[in-house]
Amino acid sequence: MKAGVLIRPLAGALALALVASPALTATIEVTIDKLVFTPASIEAKVGDTIEWVNKDAFAHTATEKGRWEVMIPPKSKGRITLKKAEAVDYFCRFHPNMKGHLDVGP
Amino acid sequence: MSMKHTAALAALLLVSATPFARAADKPTDPQIAHIAYTAGVIDVEAAKLAIEKSKTKDVVDFANDMVRDHEAVNVQALDLVKKLKVTPEDNATSQALSKAAQEERAKLAKLEGAAFDKAYVANEVAYHKQVNGALETLLIPSAENGELKTLLETGLKIFQGHQQHAEHVAGMLK
Repeated sequence: MKAGVLIRPLAGALALALVASPALTATIEVTIDKLVFTPASIEAKVGDTIEWVNKDAFAHTATEKGRWEVMIPPKSKGRITLKKAEAVDYFCRFHPNMKGHLDVGP
Repeated sequence: MSMKHTAALAALLLVSATPFARAADKPTDPQIAHIAYTAGVIDVEAAKLAIEKSKTKDVVDFANDMVRDHEAVNVQALDLVKKLKVTPEDNATSQALSKAAQEERAKLAKLEGAAFDKAYVANEVAYHKQVNGALETLLIPSAENGELKTLLETGLKIFQGHQQHAEHVAGMLK
């Protein structure tokens, strides 16, 4: 019980520390225009955010088969924060001819 | 009719009978706009039938995707013809497409359950293939107006995506 009381302010301080250091991560923009991801290939780091900006009048997704999916409504945005260092091929589930690639470094 | 058109139309005939085969002469922009719009409406109608009849989530989801995308393309097409002050012109190709679609819908309406799902998705693969062939070999090369050509090119990418999506759904139904 006592430990719980002690830990809570600690956790709060830790969360604050994390929020206070946003300069270490970047937001990388990928534009979708006429069913093309641009740039098609991105280099990023764990903690970075990818933001897809959809200029089309059509809904798209950024999907890695069986793992994650970001919905990107028409004339809108979708985002994901990268959690793992890996190379990822993604596509649009509605239009599988749309393909993109992420190289996520540590 | 040039050799190029003959070859293109012969290729289309292999996929499915008649509709585009009648477009022997190069279609005009008002005719192209009408054909493209009609092709979209046909797919929306087929999709609405699928939404009504199918109990398979993958099929219904796919059909909803078709309604959403084709309606969005057609809104853009209507905006463009308005802007260009072009009146879409009915023609033999549009009529043949509508007639073939009506026959296909009548066939689908009689099917139920897995048989319906299979036939609907197979037709979606074939239909998108056919429209894509016509876009690539006849409609896009014939379009005079640059903006119409661009919209058709975007349409082609969308429909190619739908074809792949339909092939994927067909694979899941097996």
